Amino acid sequence: MSGAELWPAIAVLGGLGAVGRYGVDRAIERRTSTLFPAGTLVVNVSGAFLLGVLAGRGVGGTGVLLAGTAVLGSYTTFSTWMFETVRLAEDGEEALALANLALGLAAGLAAAGLGWALGAVL
Amino acid sequence: MPPGTQPRPGHPPAWRLPAAVFAGGAAGGLARVGVVRATHPGPDAFPWPTFAINVVGTVLLGLLVVRLTERLPPSTFRRPLLCTGFCGALTTFSTVQVETIRLARGGHAVLAAGYASATIAAGFAGIVLATAAMRRTWAVR
Repeated sequence: MSGAELWPAIAVLGGLGAVGRYGVDRAIERRTSTLFPAGTLVVNVSGAFLLGVLAGRGVGGTGVLLAGTAVLGSYTTFSTWMFETVRLAEDGEEALALANLALGLAAGLAAAGLGWALGAVL
Repeated sequence: MPPGTQPRPGHPPAWRLPAAVFAGGAAGGLARVGVVRATHPGPDAFPWPTFAINVVGTVLLGLLVVRLTERLPPSTFRRPLLCTGFCGALTTFSTVQVETIRLARGGHAVLAAGYASATIAAGFAGIVLATAAMRRTWAVR
């Protein structure tokens, strides 16, 4: 596939990644009653794990562009993670805000590293 | 819209909100992929395209949320389209984690730690500053 033919696929896959995030987030938020934004955490950590698997397997070129950059890039989100953290701090929930930052970073790195190691041996 | 058919929070129309998220996500994903494909920082360098996209998308989200939720009349579709869809898909978490791991595995532990820290610090500051700027701008009108 040449570059130009990929753009419609990238748009569709990016859209699907975002809808996947919306669906997982809503499903988790509906089942939890805490202020902690567990939905975004689950989305981001699971997406980091899957992208780690792709990287560990050495998937490159069009494969990583479509499955990684387009789908998983759109599925996971940095801006919402930051927004929810700042909103918690604004609402006086500084401990939850700090936990959201620390847990997101630690679990995200662990998941990406674990996925990478798993992808390398698969 | 007749009374009773107005979508209530938590009970949106079954397919219309995901459709708005899809449209915004397609545009945000395209923009991010466009930047990523046009730039090649290399596996041993600071991943500045991802960093720049994440900071820009986070500032944009900070501006949009205040504008949409505190300044404009309520709208069912603007937030899923622009915030959840566009800004959510424009910015990315998974790529930051994998780029950090790649730098660390390549022997660039300090660069890896710096990249992850700089991304989080800039994103946090971006939301705080964007929110404050938007509230100040629209408060005086």
